[in-house]
Amino acid sequence: MKIAVCIKQVPTREWQPRLNDQKTWVREADVSYEMNEPDAYALEESLRLREKHGGEVVVCSAGPARVQTVIREALARGADRAIHVEHDSLGAADAFVIADALAVAMKDEQFDLVLTGLQSDDQGHGQTGVILAERLGIPSSTIIMEVQIEASSLRVKRELEGGWFQWIAMPLPALLTIQSGINQLRYATLKGIMAAKKKEIRKAPLPDGVQSSQQIVSLAVPTRSKQTQMIGGTPADVARELVKRLREEARAL
Amino acid sequence: MILVIAEQREGKLNRATWEAIAAAQQLAGGMPISVVVPGASTGNIAQELASASVAEVLIAENAVLEPYTPDGYAAACRTIIEPANPTFVLFAHTYQTRDFAPLLAARMRKPLITDVTGINGTGADATFTRPMFQGKLAAQVKPQGGPPALVTVQIGAFRADAVQKGGSAPTKKVDVQIDAAAIRQKPEAPFREAKQAVDLGQAERIVAVGRGIKSQENIPLVEKLAKAMGAEVAASRPICDNGWLPMERQIGSSGQTVAPKLYVALGISGAIQHLVGMKGSRTIVAINKDAEAPIFEVADYGIVGDLFEIAPAIIAELEKP
Repeated sequence: MKIAVCIKQVPTREWQPRLNDQKTWVREADVSYEMNEPDAYALEESLRLREKHGGEVVVCSAGPARVQTVIREALARGADRAIHVEHDSLGAADAFVIADALAVAMKDEQFDLVLTGLQSDDQGHGQTGVILAERLGIPSSTIIMEVQIEASSLRVKRELEGGWFQWIAMPLPALLTIQSGINQLRYATLKGIMAAKKKEIRKAPLPDGVQSSQQIVSLAVPTRSKQTQMIGGTPADVARELVKRLREEARAL
Repeated sequence: MILVIAEQREGKLNRATWEAIAAAQQLAGGMPISVVVPGASTGNIAQELASASVAEVLIAENAVLEPYTPDGYAAACRTIIEPANPTFVLFAHTYQTRDFAPLLAARMRKPLITDVTGINGTGADATFTRPMFQGKLAAQVKPQGGPPALVTVQIGAFRADAVQKGGSAPTKKVDVQIDAAAIRQKPEAPFREAKQAVDLGQAERIVAVGRGIKSQENIPLVEKLAKAMGAEVAASRPICDNGWLPMERQIGSSGQTVAPKLYVALGISGAIQHLVGMKGSRTIVAINKDAEAPIFEVADYGIVGDLFEIAPAIIAELEKP
């Protein structure tokens, strides 16, 4: 079974946003990056499926040179090889651009299964996987919490709202967007990190004619919908003041 | 014109459709609005929606649309959208539209702007506000490449009760041709994993915990605080993903939606998926070490500090005679 897993490099959760001078994107020089969390779950799921059904796991990522760090991390966790669509413009690209770029680089590989995270923790369009499926001409299903494969048929558990689920069958090849929490993540071992250094990363160019579908006019820290009363001081002071206000002002205790 | 695609399941309207209509009315700037109701047997939904001030409600029925599949819905919507040539197509940002709207956009090669929380201006020149970077930033975005632009609006961002009512818009059936053989997904019936032991929707007070709690060993601190406040314990998604608290205690788009009298968010940064599940709470207290965490945007009372110092102090304060 030939499995592709698409991975994006995104700012860390601890990162405090700083904007560029035009206020249209973040100041990339200040950003520390990590693997997009839902993609990490997709990677783990692909490794588990390979352990069960054999085959190989190929990491696919579109981004500037910096994304090599997360590609190497995925290889260290156990992926077999990688495809990197490299271009400086891909760091801020929208879902159409990323999906079109990946589709061109992935098409000839004839993957049986493609996994992605359900959305990215940066732009968060939640579209790349589904658009990629359409460009590859394969069916998709989203927000997946379990994957079962038998012979050439696929059965997946899709999460619905409010604690509901649904099983969906579809033919292979197919693309699934994976929900966080589908499995328990593994981390790279020292042996894995050493082995990753020798694994192949195939570079692919950004294809011509790829068009973005939306423009970021401006970025800003969101305006507050409420007037938040900040309470400061020592822990004991803060606790006394909070309890007082919750009892007397909000009447919530 | 603007098309609004309604969402229903087995003849029951998803209330978020009203929010999408409210957004369309704000966006319209004089453009006519048509509401489309796709499904196999949509019952009285079209009549219900016809009370909104819109130009018409279109009933797009085809047996192939039940049960829902992304291939079926993308095909049905495309046959309706392309001849109508609207400026915008609006949807509520639900698990269903997250599944098929990107497919529809990919097939039409038209922009899809998801999770919209605000609309700036009206008509073709409007820009849309949407969260980025886990809600740390809000972006104004503009569709590119000509109409129609598809837009999904975040649950709760537009008010259903703000919909302008206009009496009775005409309803009419429209023909939807779908090739059943082109539908590749075969869904089974929806189910619930386990009967929910706790209905957090009924709780008066909730103490919810997030990543800031760091490890499972610290969960008893949360339980102790909840007990002192007379509250139920709940959690953000990562805590339940890790198995530190059971899934049925999860608040957010994939868990329960709550609006208690008091909601204490302990070490929860406030990703949008969490906020949609709790921002209707009457009084919200946020305790977080990061002063920039988005949770403070919805909080009535905010405390920036170490929850491992603050929570025991609150417990001690509440236990004072």
